[in-house]
Amino acid sequence: MDTVIKKEDIRKPENLVYKKTPLLTDKVMSYCPGCGHGTAHRVVMEVLEEMGLQDKTIGIAPVGCSVLAYEFMNIDMQQAAHGRAPAVATAVKRLFPEKFVFTYQGDGDLAAIGTAETIHACNRGENIVIIFINNGIYGMTGGQMAPTTLPNMKSSTSPYGRDVATMGNPLRITELVAQLPGTLYVTRQAVHTPVAVRKAKKAVRKAFENQKLNKGLSFVEIVSNCNSGWKMTPNVANQWMVDNMFPYYPLGDIKVNED
Amino acid sequence: MAKMKGDIVIDIDKCKGCEVCIPACPVDVIGVSKNVNGKGYNYVETVNDECTGCTNCAVVCPDGVITVYRKKIE
Repeated sequence: MDTVIKKEDIRKPENLVYKKTPLLTDKVMSYCPGCGHGTAHRVVMEVLEEMGLQDKTIGIAPVGCSVLAYEFMNIDMQQAAHGRAPAVATAVKRLFPEKFVFTYQGDGDLAAIGTAETIHACNRGENIVIIFINNGIYGMTGGQMAPTTLPNMKSSTSPYGRDVATMGNPLRITELVAQLPGTLYVTRQAVHTPVAVRKAKKAVRKAFENQKLNKGLSFVEIVSNCNSGWKMTPNVANQWMVDNMFPYYPLGDIKVNED
Repeated sequence: MAKMKGDIVIDIDKCKGCEVCIPACPVDVIGVSKNVNGKGYNYVETVNDECTGCTNCAVVCPDGVITVYRKKIE
C-alpha cells in the first residue's frame, strides 16, 4: 500500500510551505549560533511581508548585537546612537506620518542607556512600534551585567551573581511603560519554541496594525537567550531561560487595546 | 485518510549547528552531521524520512536555513 515517494516529487514549487522571507537578505547573520535575534528578525520581516509593507516601513537599528540589523533586513533602515532609537523613530514618524516606523532594540540599549528616550517616547504616545529583545545581559561587549540581569545571575561584571543589595533590582521596563497613558499595546513574548514564535508573530502583527489606528505606541518585548553570554549551549540556554527568566519576566499581554 | 508527506531542505552552508531545530521536530527527523561546513560548524541534516512538513523546525531556526515542502498522499 505504501508507495515509495521520491524526495524529488515532494521538492516541487507547488508543494512549498515554508521558506525564508525575501525581506531578509541572503547575508549570513552575524549572531551566535542559536541566538534569538535571528528568529526575532525573521518574525518581524514575515509580518511586514504578509502586510505588504516592505516599501512603506522604516526601521531604526540600535547599538548592540543587532547594530547590523540593517544588513539583514531588506527594508529602509536608519542606525541610531546608543539608546536613541525611539527619539530617531519619533522624528522619522513625524516627518513621514504615512510610513510604518519601528525600532529594534536590545536591553542594554532600551533599558539602560536609552531609558529616558524610551519612557518619554512611550509617554508622549508616539505612533511607532518598539521591538525590545531582552536577554538580561550585554551580549555584544562580552556578557556584562545589564539592568535586566536577574538576581544572583552571573555575568562577567557580577562573577559571584548579581547581589540585589549592592547592585540594585532588575528592571521590568515593560511593566513600567504599560502604566503610561501613551502606550496602546504592551506585551511580552519569546521565540524559543515553535509555539512561542507563532505567538510572537501574532503580537508583532497586532503591533504593526495598531500603527494604522494612530492611537499610541505598541511595545513588544521578546525574552531571548544569550547562550554565549550565559556560557551555555543553545538548547540548555533556552531551558535556563524557561526556568529562570520567565518567572521574573512572565510571558503574555500586559496591556491590550480594544480594536 | 490522506497522509501528509513532507521534506526539508537545509542550506548547509549557512547552518550554524545550533541544534534548536532538533527538539522542535515532533518526529525526530533532524540530527547533527559528522561533517562540517565551510565555517566549521557541524550542520544538521535529515536522518530519516518521517517528515510531515509541519514547519516547526523552520519556524524556530534562527538563521532561516530550512525550507519545507509538503505533499498530500492519497
